[in-house]
Amino acid sequence: MSTAAVVDPERAAPVPVKTRRLALVASKGTLDGAYPPLILAATAVSLGWEVGIFFTFYGLDIIHKKRHRRLKVPALGNPAMPVPMPSLLGAMPGMTAVATGMMKRWMKRSRMPDVGQFLDIAREGGVRLFACSTTMGVMGVRAEDLVEGVDIAGATAFLDFAAAADVSLFV
Amino acid sequence: MNEIALDCRGLLCPLPVYQASRAINRLLPGQVLRVECTDPGSLADFPALARQRGLTLVSAEERDGVQMFRLRRELAA
Repeated sequence: MSTAAVVDPERAAPVPVKTRRLALVASKGTLDGAYPPLILAATAVSLGWEVGIFFTFYGLDIIHKKRHRRLKVPALGNPAMPVPMPSLLGAMPGMTAVATGMMKRWMKRSRMPDVGQFLDIAREGGVRLFACSTTMGVMGVRAEDLVEGVDIAGATAFLDFAAAADVSLFV
Repeated sequence: MNEIALDCRGLLCPLPVYQASRAINRLLPGQVLRVECTDPGSLADFPALARQRGLTLVSAEERDGVQMFRLRRELAA
């Protein structure tokens, strides 16, 4: 068995680790905004970490039964579109659908799970899904509107979880 | 069989690590998981996965754009 030079011996040595914890805040209700927290959560689960995600404001749509299937990529004010798009063009009707369809095709071509599949991965991995109760109140979202397996909680409960986190990120 | 093979060619982060982690969960002490990947990020990710899961990275090679990693679960200390 050969050991190639790409292995840095110091990094290759196994390190006994205590269970690490990742706390994420998902605040964006766009398709491109939903993927980063879900990918980070799936990765952390793979590393054997505990994970909790606080879905707040528009981020609550990621765990909304119906809306998580219809998340969109905004064309307006998005300078990272593949074809540089003048802002005024991005405001034209249908451009958001074009941008959304494009991202969905990229994801499919790359065999990337969709948002619903990432939520399944998260739940299988024991990720705690915190639904922000304030957002629910403000936006009129009911418990039955949300996907299975979420904890309705205020910021206090999430911060109590996050207080013991090794990594905390706001997405 | 003391070596388990996993084909993650064509998959992008986080899928190679996610698939590997599921195989790691079933890995017995002394067994080796051999993973083949094509996501260039895997070269950085698999040493990190080994560290985080407490496995030994036995080898890491790249040939013709395919990376191959061997991760071993050591006998319980």
